[in-house]
Amino acid sequence: MENIVIPAINLAVIAPEVILSLFALALLLINVFVKSESKAYLGYLSIGGIIVSLFSAVSGWGCPAEAFSGTVVQDNFAIFFKVVFLISAAMSILITDKYLERENCNHGEIYPLILFSTVGMMFMASGTDMMTIFLGLELLSVSLYVLAGFNRNSIKSNESGLKYFLLGSFSTGFLVYGMALTYGATGTTKLAKIASYVAQTGMNSSNLLLLVGMLMMATGFAFKIAAAPFHMWTPDVYEGAPTPVTAFMSVGPKAAGFAAFLRVFIVALPALKPEWTWLLWGLAVLTMTVGNITALYQQNIKRMLAYSSIAHAGYVLVGFTAGNAVGTAGILFYMLSYAFMNIGAFAIIILVGKKGEENNNVSDYAGFGYKHPMLGVAMCIFLFSLAGIPPAAGFIGKFYLFSGAIQAGYIWLAVIGVLNSAASVYYYLRVMVFMYFKDPTEEFSWVKLTPAFALCLIIAVAGVMIPGVLPGVFLELAQKALFM
Amino acid sequence: MNEVILSLMTFLPLAGVILLLFIPSGNHTLLRGFTLAVTVVTFIVSIPLVTGFVTNAEYQFVQSVPWIHAGPFKMNYKVGIDGISLWLVMLTTFIMPIAVLSTWTAVTEKVKGYMACLLLLQVGMLGAFISLDLFLFYIFWEVMLIPMYFIIGIWGGKNRIYAAVKFFIYTMVGSLLMLVALIALYFKGLNAGMTDFSLVNFFGLNLDPATQTWMFLAFALAFAIKVPMFPLHTWLPDAHTEAPTAGSVILAAVLLKMGTYGYVRFAIPLFPDAMDRFTPLIATLSVIGVIYASLVAMVQEDVKKLVAYSSVAHLGFVMLGVFALNQMGLQGGMLQMLNHGVSTGALFLIVGFIYERRHTRLITDFGGLAKQMPIFATIFMIVTFSSIGLPGTNGFVGEFLVLLGAFESKLRWYTIIASSGVILSAVYMLWMFQRVMFGKLDNPKNQKLEDLNGREIAIMLPLVFLIFFMGFNPTPFTKTMAPALDKVIAMSRKAPAPAPQAIQMMPQGAIPEGMPQQSQPVEMPQGHPAMPTGKPAGHP
Repeated sequence: MENIVIPAINLAVIAPEVILSLFALALLLINVFVKSESKAYLGYLSIGGIIVSLFSAVSGWGCPAEAFSGTVVQDNFAIFFKVVFLISAAMSILITDKYLERENCNHGEIYPLILFSTVGMMFMASGTDMMTIFLGLELLSVSLYVLAGFNRNSIKSNESGLKYFLLGSFSTGFLVYGMALTYGATGTTKLAKIASYVAQTGMNSSNLLLLVGMLMMATGFAFKIAAAPFHMWTPDVYEGAPTPVTAFMSVGPKAAGFAAFLRVFIVALPALKPEWTWLLWGLAVLTMTVGNITALYQQNIKRMLAYSSIAHAGYVLVGFTAGNAVGTAGILFYMLSYAFMNIGAFAIIILVGKKGEENNNVSDYAGFGYKHPMLGVAMCIFLFSLAGIPPAAGFIGKFYLFSGAIQAGYIWLAVIGVLNSAASVYYYLRVMVFMYFKDPTEEFSWVKLTPAFALCLIIAVAGVMIPGVLPGVFLELAQKALFM
Repeated sequence: MNEVILSLMTFLPLAGVILLLFIPSGNHTLLRGFTLAVTVVTFIVSIPLVTGFVTNAEYQFVQSVPWIHAGPFKMNYKVGIDGISLWLVMLTTFIMPIAVLSTWTAVTEKVKGYMACLLLLQVGMLGAFISLDLFLFYIFWEVMLIPMYFIIGIWGGKNRIYAAVKFFIYTMVGSLLMLVALIALYFKGLNAGMTDFSLVNFFGLNLDPATQTWMFLAFALAFAIKVPMFPLHTWLPDAHTEAPTAGSVILAAVLLKMGTYGYVRFAIPLFPDAMDRFTPLIATLSVIGVIYASLVAMVQEDVKKLVAYSSVAHLGFVMLGVFALNQMGLQGGMLQMLNHGVSTGALFLIVGFIYERRHTRLITDFGGLAKQMPIFATIFMIVTFSSIGLPGTNGFVGEFLVLLGAFESKLRWYTIIASSGVILSAVYMLWMFQRVMFGKLDNPKNQKLEDLNGREIAIMLPLVFLIFFMGFNPTPFTKTMAPALDKVIAMSRKAPAPAPQAIQMMPQGAIPEGMPQQSQPVEMPQGHPAMPTGKPAGHP
């Protein structure tokens, strides 16, 4: 009888996840036992947990390690993404408390939920086995379903949660089916082993099982990153969800989706690269175009940013299609800068909004830039960065993504990308048109900048401008984080 | 010291913006005075560029600092000027204090933001002119859009939102396609052994004709929109008409030059072969631009719109001269760029003066102003003559050189048609002048008009001085430009790559970077008449 060998359990590799989970569990208990009207302290505690987790994650930079028989790794790629997740979680938490108070649903559970979903994302980035990735995705998704419907007094939020749940579980079905088919074709769930098995047996796209498995996994991931034509849930969910959750959802889970998407396809399925490259090419073009064109017509700023986030997924897919070091480094850099600019923009949206998700139309921003000059300038910085205009980080990110495509020879993809980018300028400018070119109709007296918001905005502005003007260090880090 | 002059000059206004934030918004006089001081100091800082300039074809005052080194990309903060950019930089630093002075009473709301935008605009413009790294150039080129967008959109006229958005998106489309071409060019260069985005490296590339065609089209589109060339000019009348006076002045004097500068600096030397093939197209569009814009200008009822269309016509001349690609044509084109900056800038100021007094710009609302405002009339007349190109004014020298140069090139027939634009310009300008300044002073509102005050005269005097100075003595300008322009001509006659498959570095690209003496000694093409001064024979 064979001895059962217990695999080496290397907890240090998953220390960031463990720390964050422990904090989340502790917060759940604290929330029950501490009677307090204000829940802000939970937010600060969770930010403390995020900072500890961040240090733990960063300390592994440059020291590759694996745990649980190679189902989880600690590599620079995972660490880079973990930093993005943790930053986006921390920034979203900074803007949560005030929003919940205003909307009369100040329940402390939101913070542990955000932490749990972050743990899920971290496992998606560090998982090297389809099972780990799937578990991470489930942890993320289930927490997000609750978060989207968190404002239970609001019909829209309920609708958002339910819609996200239905479509999300549907898409998870696709993903897990794809994984099952891939397992059927190759007999393993480990990404590296899939690749070596495929290489050994000389399998290619003529193996229907593997091809369909790849297509279904692509569908599942495309759902998670909100790529057209699987984007239908995005605007409704983003609009209905509580705004801090929307900010979080548009950045963290999207980045996590890309992290897993990249790792599964590049590590496990290089043999099918010709097939999935064209698939991604089509997805990228469709996603950019659908996102941008639909965004042009939006009146509600949350919906507009929802479509814009679809378009941004399209830009990132351009870098993915390129499949080279520049394009992939571009994805990493872009996700980092996108976290800052998008959460920054959503922070302003929360400040301008009123109770009951009122005042969220673009026209409600008339003259805002004059009543709150500093906030106006900050919003302009975020919008210019989203539009990809130098010297903001968004420009460098797009530059890298499109450079990757051009280097790989996809000139037309880059041309379609920049034309889309030019079209997107229109709807970002429209917000500024209202902010500065129209006379104020309101005093915006309810807009009060709390220290937490101020901190979030300062981080966001710095995160947009510093990598924008001096991108060298950040690009170098992104380059070092590649596993290819 | 020489190394940092350019950076100092470029970023002084940026420092000004930061200090501006600490001045209380209510104190308009201090805000204006401070901005004026910043622009004047910037101008003073830029003077050593002229005095220290050595007349040769090399880049001078070069400063190179490593900036982005990541993956395959290597961008440096590399700045420097040669004869081509020297005068455009000087034009920018010179026109800025004038623009700021012109806002003294014109802009009374949101003064702080306006001044900040003007200063930021100056940073972008100067940066674009001095960049010797193509990536750096692109950054500054884009950065310029933002303050101009706000200047038009916030302080503009009735239709300002439409004009501002149109301006932004038009320029954006062109420049993004240029960005794609730029990246593609960089990767091609990388394969050929190039190491960074430095402009001289790109000059060393020997591209095959097909590549050149695509790249040229992308670059040319971006620049053509900025010039603007017919039929891409439609944003300009809107932007000009809606922009506040200072915005129009800067737009006309400097921003439009970005397009023509782009052709001389980048499109022509980089893609000589494609340029050769597209010359007929560009010449045709330029000629259409001259004639069409002149005809449209003639029927305008709004003085400002008339001046805006005259801009399109003038820049058509500039393009014709540039694409003649001989010494006279190019020098004329460059000189005409400066002339247009001075005279059209002055025209927009003049329009601003009467608009401030009467809040209308319709020609029919005026008449007989000469009696009421003699000083104004005199200055207006001088500027009008300069715009038409009367001998003795700067406009004449530029236009004459352009026509002469283009006539001697293969663009002879285009020149013959375009020269009718000279007559047309006299028609629309003089007709407008006559209707505004002469005739009966019958409108009671016009009878109370006050003549120019001291500040306004102080604004106009330097421009009037330049009109005559450049008219009688263009040699200092043409002489300093000549070597750099000769180099452009030499590069434009570079033979295309013999074999389409391989791109190789020409030996001149292998010279170590950061050295100011990297350019080859310019050899005049054989058989070309030596023209050291560019001053036409028989000119005073």
